[in-house]
Amino acid sequence: MEAGRSPNIEILSNTDLLSLEGKKGDFTAKVRIRPRYIDADKCTACGLCTKYCPKHLSDSYNEGLNLTRPIHIDYPQAVPATYFIDPSTCMHLQHGTCKICVPVCRSRAIDFSQKAKKRSIGVGAVIVAPGFGRVPDEALEKYGYGSHPDVVTSIEFERLLNPSGPFQGEVRCLSDKRHPKKIAFIQCVGSRDLGCDNGYCSSVCCMYAIKEAMVAKEHDPDCEITVYYMDLRTQGKDFDAARTRAEEQFGIKFVRSEVADVMNWGDKGLKLTYSTLDGAHHFEQHDMVVLSVGLDAPADAKKIADITGIALNRYDFAETSTFAPLETGVKGITVAGAFQGPKDIPESVTQSSAAAGMAAGLIKSQRNKGVVVKNYPAEVAIEDEEPRIGVFVCHCGINIGGIVDVPGVDNSVEGMEGVVYHTQNLYSCSQDAQEVLKDKIREYKLNRVVIAACSPRTHEPLFQETMRDAGLNRCLIEMVNIRDQCSWVHANEPDAATDKSKDLVRMGVAKARLIKPLPEQTVPVTRSGLVIGGGIAGMTAALTLAEQGYSCVIVEKNARLGGHLLDSRYTLHGENTADLVKRVTDQVKKNRNITVMTASELVTTNGFVGNFSSIIKSGSGKKAGEHTVDHGVIIVATGGSSHKPAKILGKKPPKGTRIMTQLELEQRLGGKGKNRAPGSVVMIQCAGSRGDDLNYCSKTCCIEAVKNALKIKEINPASQVIVLYRDLRTYGFTEDYYREAREKGVMFIPYSLDKPPLIKVATRKVEVSYDDPILNEKVTVSPDLVALSVGIVPDSTEELSQMLKIPVNANSFFLEAHVKLRPVEMPVSGVFICGLAHSPKPLDEIIVQAQAAAAKATMPLVKGEVSVEPIVSHVTEDTCIGCGICASLCPYQAIEMIKVDKKRKARTIVASCKACGICASHCPTFAITMGGFTNVQIQAQIEAFGATGETTGD
Amino acid sequence: MSQEEFNPKILGFLCNWCCYAAADAAGVSRFQYPPSLRTVRVMCTGRIDPLFVLKGFAAGAAGIFAGG
Repeated sequence: MEAGRSPNIEILSNTDLLSLEGKKGDFTAKVRIRPRYIDADKCTACGLCTKYCPKHLSDSYNEGLNLTRPIHIDYPQAVPATYFIDPSTCMHLQHGTCKICVPVCRSRAIDFSQKAKKRSIGVGAVIVAPGFGRVPDEALEKYGYGSHPDVVTSIEFERLLNPSGPFQGEVRCLSDKRHPKKIAFIQCVGSRDLGCDNGYCSSVCCMYAIKEAMVAKEHDPDCEITVYYMDLRTQGKDFDAARTRAEEQFGIKFVRSEVADVMNWGDKGLKLTYSTLDGAHHFEQHDMVVLSVGLDAPADAKKIADITGIALNRYDFAETSTFAPLETGVKGITVAGAFQGPKDIPESVTQSSAAAGMAAGLIKSQRNKGVVVKNYPAEVAIEDEEPRIGVFVCHCGINIGGIVDVPGVDNSVEGMEGVVYHTQNLYSCSQDAQEVLKDKIREYKLNRVVIAACSPRTHEPLFQETMRDAGLNRCLIEMVNIRDQCSWVHANEPDAATDKSKDLVRMGVAKARLIKPLPEQTVPVTRSGLVIGGGIAGMTAALTLAEQGYSCVIVEKNARLGGHLLDSRYTLHGENTADLVKRVTDQVKKNRNITVMTASELVTTNGFVGNFSSIIKSGSGKKAGEHTVDHGVIIVATGGSSHKPAKILGKKPPKGTRIMTQLELEQRLGGKGKNRAPGSVVMIQCAGSRGDDLNYCSKTCCIEAVKNALKIKEINPASQVIVLYRDLRTYGFTEDYYREAREKGVMFIPYSLDKPPLIKVATRKVEVSYDDPILNEKVTVSPDLVALSVGIVPDSTEELSQMLKIPVNANSFFLEAHVKLRPVEMPVSGVFICGLAHSPKPLDEIIVQAQAAAAKATMPLVKGEVSVEPIVSHVTEDTCIGCGICASLCPYQAIEMIKVDKKRKARTIVASCKACGICASHCPTFAITMGGFTNVQIQAQIEAFGATGETTGD
Repeated sequence: MSQEEFNPKILGFLCNWCCYAAADAAGVSRFQYPPSLRTVRVMCTGRIDPLFVLKGFAAGAAGIFAGG
């Protein structure tokens, strides 16, 4: 949607890439734009054509679960919001008949004479982001897919859960439309499966299965859900907590097993046969079976590779390396998203920010050339006008309309003072609804708008933008939240929810009568950055900023750059980490845009986005000194380190020469000692994590264990390696190494928390006893060495959290502004986050995240100014008595006391002001007004709150 | 609906950054709570002038909720 609105992004949908020639900085792409047979400029997305079209078409947006028409739009919020005709099923395009749609269309948008157009586009850089493809049908058919209608893929199930899906959000069996009472999820369908040549793990399926299962439970709490899995891979940030919630709160069952087959069981539905670890076979009745399908390479991966010249890996995903995860073999072409390897939304968004930043760095010499600056029509002055309010009540599909009587709410505003127009929208946020809004503003000369829909926190910017397009000041809109805070939370009380909506709308209208246009304000930006932390994340971020042409300062608390990567020796793929640290450190030191301050610490930071000022303390003793640095943005890359558990598997951590952490083992294996690869090793996963003192999964420990196990086998093939684990989380392509380790004789044995392994340290030896679930007996071994996978903790985030006023989560990692939409931004504007301070993650993900954080941080630096929300406080000088209460109370130091004609007066520093209004509520002379939240506006809302009698009549 | 049921009308002032966001989050997670609250969004509970509270009671609120 945002991309669709940007004047600097041209979206060519329905388009094929034919060729790509040239080199970095000067590519020519030839594309073929297939005809839509509809003129995008004329189509108003009214949908009349679809109603009249006589032919059916399987609805690919809903996974073919219901029907649409050849002339259609995939879904109401689609961008561009233009219908199109599917040429393979349209009767006119196939047989030259029909054409019913042509006279039906009132805007005469249908144009069968359209032909495919070819176009050449000159570009400096290319980002390849084709997403993922479908796993082959053979992988699904062995579970009865295709032969029984109630075996569905997880993507089909997702559509079933969706309000715009085939049954309007009701989960029904496709065979007889009954509500399923027992649902099974089968994991790893088309992943970790050499049968269909997909040896890798698709990384996302465990988590989406949990999500779908929880949503299905919300739809029908009596429904029984079982997830059949091999390893539950919920390795992402806070994902394990979701799994626990699924189990404890929702009662979803998880069964570690291998599913043999799914058969038709007549009246009983489906018979699912599975075997557990002990070799026993079981079967279970289910009404519906959901196959958690993996992410395959895109179907046209080979074609893309041929055209662009980029290399593919053995699974047809883009081939990249650990140290340059987004770079393809071709200079100027970067890759992002699932095509680089299966991944979830937060990681895909992070990668695309990083790739966009790299592309912008490549073409920085062209910066600001050929850019379209969005021009808004001049604002209409409305100060002297009487309020003319338009009220738009949103159905939000069935989100609001399914519970609240939207027509009733719409009618309730009839006759209210100032309301000259009111209506309902299906989706107020859709692109066509914005056009309607603009039209109505013009038609009815509206000068205030009330939108009763969702939360202003998510949608106010969108409607404000539309207001500006319509020539009105953006502050002349008031949103009333009847979804998040009404229909969603009163789902079982439709009447009460309707009354509440009416009250809230009345209060919104009361405020709207008094809202005033507020001027736009901007402040200039200091075009440089401060990077806190000189590990690989901080250095990568600094280099990315420098690459974009901006200077920055790295503050590192240790005496040398490199952080904890200095302790590491090699990667899973065999790359040498010392080489990487050296190369990056040299680049940083040589770069004239980067100032490095080692043995330094941040003392304080003041200011706001674009205008920060920090004091940095360097050196110690006599050499200690303080520097002040002015900068526009902050990148937090303070990192994390090995956890030192206070408890391991419920007991005091074992100590002794034969006990070490995986990192210590890696250092030993990476050294030159003759006996560095011990004759026998037991590795214990989740030692201190996932239940002991750390409540989360550290994401990297399983990969590290496999890495070290393979290294031991490489040096000493006779060595016996046993890995005791709970869920082996070698996600993505690292699964290949897990398989390799098993093939090389590394023994992987799962344990459960009710029977954890016991470690006994004696004088000369160490003993580990564990329950072997395959042998079904207790085994005791005396290995030469026990390696503990201890997990990762963030480094001193609490202190920085206080200083920069940025939040941390329950596990002390910094909490991003929005997990999916703004994964590298902090809630405080101008502060960005990357690396282990955000969450545990492997090296390649750290590098991408650092590139992404720097790419995002560059945005205010490029613009050179930031705009301030117009709702900041304003002091009326005439009534201000200069008492200074406001300045002393302001938590953001945003009020200064100045002298005006020798009298003390307060003045707001707009860029620091967060519009909290503490000053306004304490001013003894009511001299401070808050934009958009004035005393009279709030009092009008309160009075309207009391005016219940008018509508509800009680 | 029973007339005897106690259905107080509560006026709430919700801070945009925490309580209002939490109320949105409650919606996203579909937590159900009684429909007695009518809310006024403010940018901070610090904005709440004592006058607003008194006005709220005068307007018939059974209780005032300050969420921040």
